Amino acid sequence: MTQRITRADVEHVAQLARLALTDDEVTRFTDELGAILEHAEDLAALDLRDVEPTAHPLPLTNVTRPDEVRPSVPRDEVLAQAPAVEDGRFRVPRILNAP
Amino acid sequence: MTAVEIAGSVRSGRRAARDVLEEHLARLEQREPEIHAFTLVLADEARDAADRIDAAVASGDDPGPLAGVPIALKDNLCTRGIPTTCGSRILDGWRPPYTATTVDRVVAAGAVVVGKANCDEFAMGSSTENSAFGPTRNPHDPTRVPGGSSGGSAAAVASGFATVALGSDTGGSIRQPAALCGVVGVKPTYGLVSRYGLIAFASSLDQVGPFAATVADAALLLDVIAGPDPLDSTSIPDPPPPVTPVLAAGVSGLRIGIVEELTDVDGVQPEVRAAVEAAAGALERAGASVERVSVPSSRYALSAYYLIAPAEASSNLARYDGVRYGLRVDAEDVASMNARTREAGFGAEVKRRIMLGTYALSAGYYDAYYSKAQRVRTLVLRDFAQVYERCDALLAPTSPTVAFELGARTADPLAMYLSDVCTIPSNLAGHAAMSVPYGADDAGLPLGVQVLAPALGEPVMFRVATALEGTAPRC
Repeated sequence: MTQRITRADVEHVAQLARLALTDDEVTRFTDELGAILEHAEDLAALDLRDVEPTAHPLPLTNVTRPDEVRPSVPRDEVLAQAPAVEDGRFRVPRILNAP
Repeated sequence: MTAVEIAGSVRSGRRAARDVLEEHLARLEQREPEIHAFTLVLADEARDAADRIDAAVASGDDPGPLAGVPIALKDNLCTRGIPTTCGSRILDGWRPPYTATTVDRVVAAGAVVVGKANCDEFAMGSSTENSAFGPTRNPHDPTRVPGGSSGGSAAAVASGFATVALGSDTGGSIRQPAALCGVVGVKPTYGLVSRYGLIAFASSLDQVGPFAATVADAALLLDVIAGPDPLDSTSIPDPPPPVTPVLAAGVSGLRIGIVEELTDVDGVQPEVRAAVEAAAGALERAGASVERVSVPSSRYALSAYYLIAPAEASSNLARYDGVRYGLRVDAEDVASMNARTREAGFGAEVKRRIMLGTYALSAGYYDAYYSKAQRVRTLVLRDFAQVYERCDALLAPTSPTVAFELGARTADPLAMYLSDVCTIPSNLAGHAAMSVPYGADDAGLPLGVQVLAPALGEPVMFRVATALEGTAPRC
């Protein structure tokens, strides 16, 4: 059995997932994720050491298409969708030496 | 009128596409305020498109196999220059710079887009109550949900706002709302239909597919959208044979299995089980043989799915970071901007699944959860392979229950997840499956029977579905 998920786990996972959860949400998700993971404990009882994992239903690998230049999505049209742009690029708040 | 009839009469010039459209728009104007099947109605654009179809016919051109057929598009299919919300606030104001391949194909075949259909946010849900724009209601009883996540697509077809619709099915999101709204819904084999321009939820499970009032209409639409797409590296490279020519081939000699684990279990409403039994009896009378079969690992499919799908979603939805499109909530530094944007833009269910998926993939838990779920996926594939040595197609309920009341499952995520228990195994396996209406319960709520087939088993699946449709009790 894995340990039941704690409030600290939820806060840590929220940080990994870049979600600024409210205190109420942390409380709620601690309960709800606990219940969902408890339901998933039926998998824990299975001995699957000799079973290969399946990541994908299709046995396709290394699918490529001809390496030909073709039109792409117009840059101006893409930038017009962005919340902030500058000099033909996406503008974001400070990354290094953040306050 | 069915899509087959509309396309036939429009192509031959007997009916105007514009007249067909106006009939649908009239129904829409009357009942859409109550049903809320759409996030966006494109009436003017549809009128222009219908007029272009009629002009083409007048000048001797053939607009294609879907000529003049009004269609609804689930709002997680990208449409260039037309808002695409995915039922989420986080895509606020976004107009995609490209169009989904499936949308290009239906438009090129002459279909007329009526609107973008409401759905659970990022296709996560079984009731369409998770849409940021409010729920869709079931046309058979507006106090009940239409199912989900493609609830808007199902309700649009059931209400006659569109003749057919496109949806997407990751764990049952086409089949379950089809069953709850009394229409046909098809989840094609994984890779049969392009995912290019379908906003990703769980990429190894997602598949676009048709809704229609009849099996033949669903086949017509599937034949238009199926086939390889160089823009989707997971699309099956060989062109599939069309299903329309085999619809009437009958079921004589087919071997049909009823999946025990999905039918004879607690939680399946007695009327739903009775519909599956009645469907099996009808197939037997039509010359098929029927037996009970076991897919033991399907018992674990729900748990595996609710680890795999959130894991893939947590990765896919990392792109909504306030940088390139949609919502941004500003902050001093980029990490806070990302976190505040996502906090404001995502609804509760999406956050819940991102959290679950991130947890299942995080160091220390990967082996216990995600890796284990992937191994269960292998077991499901093995069990199905064994059963398909003895059977050509399988039957099961689509949804364990008829349409439930709005709000009935919103407080309990697990209860909502159980809505998908019968549909999930086919997604894990990448197999074909569809829901066919099969009568109604005492309250007049539609019942659906699910037909399951192996990968690329669409021809046999549609033969079974056609036979069922011919024997289904009317609701």
